[in-house]
Amino acid sequence: MKASILDVPRGFWSLLVGMRITLTQFFKPVITVPYPHKTLPIPARYRGPIELTTDPATGKALCIACKLCERACPSDCILVDGVKLEGEKKKSVTEFKFDFTKCSLCGACVEVCPCDAIRFSKNYNLASTSREDYLFDLVARLPAEKKQP
Amino acid sequence: MSFLTAEPVRLLLALVCIMAFVGLNAAYLVLAERKGAGRFQRRPGPNEAGYGGWLQPVADVAKLLSKQLIVPPGTDTILFRLAPLMVISPAMMCLAVIPFSQTLVARNINVGLLMVFSFGSINVMAIMLSGWASRNKYAIISAARVVSQNVAYEIPMLLVVITLLMVTGTMNLSEIVRQQAGWFWHWNLFKVWVNPLMPVTFVIFFICMLAETNRAPFDMAEAESELVAGAFTEYAGMGFGVFFMAEYANIVLGCSLGTVLFLGGWQSPFGLWSGVVWFLLKLYALIFTVIWVRWTFPRTQFYNLLNLSWKILIPISLFTLLLSSAMIKLF
Repeated sequence: MKASILDVPRGFWSLLVGMRITLTQFFKPVITVPYPHKTLPIPARYRGPIELTTDPATGKALCIACKLCERACPSDCILVDGVKLEGEKKKSVTEFKFDFTKCSLCGACVEVCPCDAIRFSKNYNLASTSREDYLFDLVARLPAEKKQP
Repeated sequence: MSFLTAEPVRLLLALVCIMAFVGLNAAYLVLAERKGAGRFQRRPGPNEAGYGGWLQPVADVAKLLSKQLIVPPGTDTILFRLAPLMVISPAMMCLAVIPFSQTLVARNINVGLLMVFSFGSINVMAIMLSGWASRNKYAIISAARVVSQNVAYEIPMLLVVITLLMVTGTMNLSEIVRQQAGWFWHWNLFKVWVNPLMPVTFVIFFICMLAETNRAPFDMAEAESELVAGAFTEYAGMGFGVFFMAEYANIVLGCSLGTVLFLGGWQSPFGLWSGVVWFLLKLYALIFTVIWVRWTFPRTQFYNLLNLSWKILIPISLFTLLLSSAMIKLF
């Protein structure tokens, strides 16, 4: 009897405590980001679909078409081809096909690459209604080569 | 301009003003509710339509108005169409007797309080009818819940109001406010020398008001997560919109009544510059509290809801009733 009567003021007090907590939250700043207008910085280790890196001096792809990534890929989603150009020590890449529909972003290709020619991109805005849009031609995506001085 | 003072014209103007007030409040309280919900959850709330989202109600209304009014097969067509009207009109009618200031009252009648409560109880019947006419199992469950909930909460509400009536001695709402003139301790809420449990009666009034307007944590009528949309499940377009408007109209009405009965209506808290501003300030403070409560507490279980009413609120309100009658008799 006494306990159940005491329950009423105690319960009411607990309601007030709850209301105080929500009110303090009410006056704190907003913590969400209005996405399309503002974006958060992408973490350094974010894994987007892979892309080729370029030599900052020449603007050429660093890839030497050694095909180690092609062999390392567990899902066979990379296809590389290259030619030996005159006057250059190593091969240059002519074709780098990448099927993102099969890629599991495991990173084996990035790890195995001997000249750091592949890296994960920060591209997270991927949406399409057709499968073909995810068959990337990474050579075609390279920025235009810089003119030799 | 003399025709403006003629009684029928004045009444018509008042009616138009009330409808505009209810419509505007319903539209913008929905926005306030969503904005408030956002703030309580540390997010901005709707902010795309217009600057800071202030055109959101316009977009909502345009969307609701452009939708087809569907009457599902097998429903009781007349009752189905009638229910939204029955739910909104009592709320609008009751606002006619609410004194916004000394002079700003549509119809100052002697039994204003009685009228508010008698029309207020039509709300229950309207929701029950809408649930029944929908021929939908969720709607019928909701209708049954609404009736038992509202019957349970009408009793402590009326007991509390009787307690207050014994203190005021009148049912004229303007007169009740006039009695609370002076400093804020003259408000009925703080009249502890008349009845030491006056603040408790206000809390009971507020809880019952939440339950009567079917607001969270007592939103058994809608209970989105259990009953789809409860009694409003089968309504489309503006039929649904009118139920929404009625909910907010009832909140406005309940909060105005709370302001008039307990918080001194248009009286200022320090005896100076009384006016409509104070009424609106107190009204919106109470409405903010209603929103605040909604986004703080989860929905109660149904038996807890009835336990709260029958085991706690009714005994306490009966006790306050006895106490204040004893105090009035003794002192």
